[in-house]
Amino acid sequence: MIGVISYLVFFTTVASILAIAVLGLNLQWGNTGLFNGGVVAFFGAGAYATLILGGTPQADHLGGFELFYPLALLGGMLAAGLLAWLVGVLTLRLRHDYLAIATFGVAVAFETLMRNAEGLAGGAKGLRGFERPLREALGDGFTYNLVFLAFVLTLLIVVYVFLGRLIRSPFGRMLRAIREDEVAAKSLGKSPSRVRLTAFVTGSVIMGLAGGLYATFYAFISPQDVLPILTFQIWAMLIVGGAGNNAGAVLGTFIIWGGWTASGWALSRFAPIEAQLYTGTVQFILIGMIIVGMLMWRPQGLLPERLVVSQSGKPENKHKTGSRR
Amino acid sequence: MTEAALEARGIVAGYIKGLPILSDVSVTAREAAITVIIGPNGAGKSTLIKAIAGLVPVSSGQVRLAGQDITNPRPDTLGRMGIAYVPQSDNIFRSLTIRQNLDLVLRHAGSDATARRDELMQQFPDLAEKQRDKAGTLSGGQRQFLAVAMALAVKPRVILMDEPSAGLSPRASQEVLEHARVLADGGVTILLVEQNVKQALRLSDHAYILADGRNQINGPAAELLDDPVVGQIYLGGKRMGTA
Amino acid sequence: MIQSLLDGILVGSILSLGAIGLTMAMHMLRFANFAHAELLSIGAYAALVFDGLFSALFPPLAAAIAPLSLTWALSLAIIISMAVTAGSAILVDRFVFARVRAIGGELSMVFASFGVALVLRNLISLIFGLKTQLYSQDIVFAVVISADPLLLVKPDQVFALVAALVIMLILHLVLSRTTLGYSLRAVAENPTLAQVSGIRLSRMIALIWIIGGGLAAVAGVFYGLTNQISPVIGRDLVLPIFAATIVGGIGSIYGAVLGGFLVGIASNLALVILPSGYSPAVPFLIILAVLLIRPNGLFGEARE
Repeated sequence: MIGVISYLVFFTTVASILAIAVLGLNLQWGNTGLFNGGVVAFFGAGAYATLILGGTPQADHLGGFELFYPLALLGGMLAAGLLAWLVGVLTLRLRHDYLAIATFGVAVAFETLMRNAEGLAGGAKGLRGFERPLREALGDGFTYNLVFLAFVLTLLIVVYVFLGRLIRSPFGRMLRAIREDEVAAKSLGKSPSRVRLTAFVTGSVIMGLAGGLYATFYAFISPQDVLPILTFQIWAMLIVGGAGNNAGAVLGTFIIWGGWTASGWALSRFAPIEAQLYTGTVQFILIGMIIVGMLMWRPQGLLPERLVVSQSGKPENKHKTGSRR
Repeated sequence: MTEAALEARGIVAGYIKGLPILSDVSVTAREAAITVIIGPNGAGKSTLIKAIAGLVPVSSGQVRLAGQDITNPRPDTLGRMGIAYVPQSDNIFRSLTIRQNLDLVLRHAGSDATARRDELMQQFPDLAEKQRDKAGTLSGGQRQFLAVAMALAVKPRVILMDEPSAGLSPRASQEVLEHARVLADGGVTILLVEQNVKQALRLSDHAYILADGRNQINGPAAELLDDPVVGQIYLGGKRMGTA
Repeated sequence: MIQSLLDGILVGSILSLGAIGLTMAMHMLRFANFAHAELLSIGAYAALVFDGLFSALFPPLAAAIAPLSLTWALSLAIIISMAVTAGSAILVDRFVFARVRAIGGELSMVFASFGVALVLRNLISLIFGLKTQLYSQDIVFAVVISADPLLLVKPDQVFALVAALVIMLILHLVLSRTTLGYSLRAVAENPTLAQVSGIRLSRMIALIWIIGGGLAAVAGVFYGLTNQISPVIGRDLVLPIFAATIVGGIGSIYGAVLGGFLVGIASNLALVILPSGYSPAVPFLIILAVLLIRPNGLFGEARE
């Protein structure tokens, strides 16, 4: 019984961390209409920076500044934000798909850098030497995990409430206005690329927070944790839950993460030995089919965005491609 | 009275389902005549032309060409049915040369294409001189003539024109409209949307006034030109209530 | 150094072939297709299957065309593979992209292509296995072009380069001299006007996929011929191909050709300075550089 509960605590912790990242993506995609094809880079930046800043000194790589944990976590968020700012400044004034390509590229470059730069982050071996905060007081066992879960849940709620307020604020209305009709928003004297940059950086900072928490939980991070599939998973979570709806984002996270772990377990348990090598392959196909299927049949997700149509009767949808059949 | 070449009956159409821009419009374009549609901004004039051309879905009503039902045509089949459509703006391909613009519409004409192109070039000497120039380098009036030449390439029975004088100098717009008159006198049916009310009414045979997606008034163009109510709508800028 | 330049040109021809189709789709269908590079994988594997089939059915075809490792069977298989790949591209468009296009925006298409790429890549892994394969087990030795500085080149590489250039020339002639070419440009500039001018949009969309798929198939086979075939060809080439389109300017076919060569050369030259482990990141650095210096690329027009 304690085994089940302890597994549930573990599952909920990871899912809640991912939910924070999905909320960050929701601000970018759901509310602002920005396509981030490299979620994992911002998640990874947060994770690596948190461990480098908060870890103990190591002989073979940078780090070990032993910063006070909350500062290390903030440092992780800052790193993710800086990375986002760099990409955003260069791409957000261009055609929409430049951002998609650049973010996709930043994720590839990030993984490559982490895999090769041993002096920076331990290379393929990953980053060690991190002491989980309060470990001396709480130990390594169930109690620690329970307290950590409470900490993660608190942050999830904080992010959730923060984003809820943000979206209802004038800034949030501006985001939707820009998403729906950039030209109109521009004519109201607002600078769409500035507003989009703010939203993009904010969303990425939230992803950085999720990465920092993830790295804290495992007290370890390696290039294997920043593979492109994580981006796909986070996207699947958002599109299943409902882009534009924060409750949907959290719901989608639990559904997809539950499905992912369950399918992994089932395949490892019931699939023939020779097929085990292809567990990941099958799971990747499933994730891809979920993304494509949702876009084709239920693009609004399980919990659609709740809002009043901002402009009723506006004839042409600007986002529609010109090449209708 | 001449025959109805193109007829739209009880058209309900719009871009978004459940949000019709045209709620019930009927228009008849008579053969070898100019029929003009006028009305305040947002009345649905352009939408009507686009709905006839198959660019805006018609959810109810019927479009007939010489008695045949052609409601919701695939836009690329218009030419084959003998209909040409000249959009309001962006009605030529700027990145192609004048000759390539014409060849594009003529490519179904087969071996007659060259002959037809030469005919058109004789008709529009201004364009002939600049055959190898990019269409984007033409002046506003010349562009409009190229658009008309492209429409004529397929020898249409009916031409739909969406505000051909928009953005042109008074002189150029006069020339374009006079050319339309010549075409109509030569047997082509023209259905025209215009903002330039007086000029258009002077050159047209029949006129329809549209407001709020519905028919308001229609009658011979000359009569409407002298009608005090029409004057009031356009000179006073007052909008009519729905019928 | 000169060897790197040479290798870069050879890789560049493959990237160019991939980038032409991608830039056309980005320009005319208005979305960044992350699944485009998977068409190279499909092409490489389709050719592998038909190469095996032809060699088994007509053993004389399995003879290599000296001095290449390319066999007659594989040459035939390339043509079939072009058709298969073009067909796959059209099928994906009909079943997935057409529907997403009808209900969503441009970015939904980008998103869908992301998912399609994941599905295609892993289906290929599932069908053909994760291991790498080769068209021919024969070892073809590189030819020494010059001893000092030492310059080596494989006959297959030269063949791939020449064939790629010939294909690009044919495409250039079609696009610049025929009404079909004008029609494609017309659709790119103004789809609505193109339609009312008698151009059937669905045909043009199919044509874009046929050209893109066919070129991608050739690129995939040449990549397999000069490197090896594996299910991750698409994953490894998607970023370099995007970089080539951005260098050239989105929508410019000639830009894509030049961009492909530039990215190929730059990637190889970069490895003179950088350890080879960093090579996947080089295209991103090129993209960054272009965005900083000339965001619309060499031949691109500014467009929202």
